[in-house]
Amino acid sequence: MSVPAVCYLGLSAVLFALGTLGVLVRRSALVVFMSVELMLNAVNLTLVTFARVRGAVDGQIVVFFVLVVAAAEVVIGLAIIVNIFRARDTVDVDDVDLLRG
Amino acid sequence: MGEAYCVEGVLFAVTAVLALAGGVGVIAAREPVHSVLGLLLVLISLAADYLLLGAQFIAALQVIIYAGAIVVLFVFIVMLLNMRSGEGRPDRVLPPVLGIVLSAAFAALLIAAAATVRGPAASVGADYGTVQQVGRALFTVYALPFEAASIVLIVGMIGAVALSKRPAPLGAPPARRGVVGR
Repeated sequence: MSVPAVCYLGLSAVLFALGTLGVLVRRSALVVFMSVELMLNAVNLTLVTFARVRGAVDGQIVVFFVLVVAAAEVVIGLAIIVNIFRARDTVDVDDVDLLRG
Repeated sequence: MGEAYCVEGVLFAVTAVLALAGGVGVIAAREPVHSVLGLLLVLISLAADYLLLGAQFIAALQVIIYAGAIVVLFVFIVMLLNMRSGEGRPDRVLPPVLGIVLSAAFAALLIAAAATVRGPAASVGADYGTVQQVGRALFTVYALPFEAASIVLIVGMIGAVALSKRPAPLGAPPARRGVVGR
């Protein structure tokens, strides 16, 4: 591991911040969803980096479970987005305010 | 040794630039399909980073599950819905400049925390991160969470089928339903 761990952690931090920015400023539910995926991947990079720093494989196992949960989450989330689009003809998160959020 | 250092450094720099470009593309693209392509760029770059970190199995999973299955799902939805986005309207909740400032502050905080990581990385053998090693840990120490993961996937599948088989969309306002009925 010739590249210091801080470089990977810095990349992960910037990617996570980009994800939060997408969630904050974008309206399309689909893009917000992709930003959430971006944050998940930033965290995965952190986990793999620390697994390498410690020389243990447990961090990679956690990444495996994150992948599983992300797959299930994407399937359910996209199904919900499709349902919302069929019901209201829009996927803008500002228009879907039944709960007055 | 010096040559290997150089190659790894260059590879990391390239993947980092590509990942950041993809990340900016995800949140800045006007068309949703461009956002999906940006996400794909990030995922592939991160798979290369996992290889640099010795996580071969995770890198393969990243390409197969994320860059394969999940991105295809996103592309499918973008193609299917052809949605209009009202991004041009003025923001009611949070102006973009404030969002950028908040995110930049958050990134600075995370980087400051990451900079406190000290000490050299542990030395690992040649079998670190291979399918054998990860699989052995997965089926011994983490056998129970592994079974729980299969339940999560089953629940996800059942949930997706249940959501997509719904005949009349739930939550449609009554007035709109009346218009559609006529």
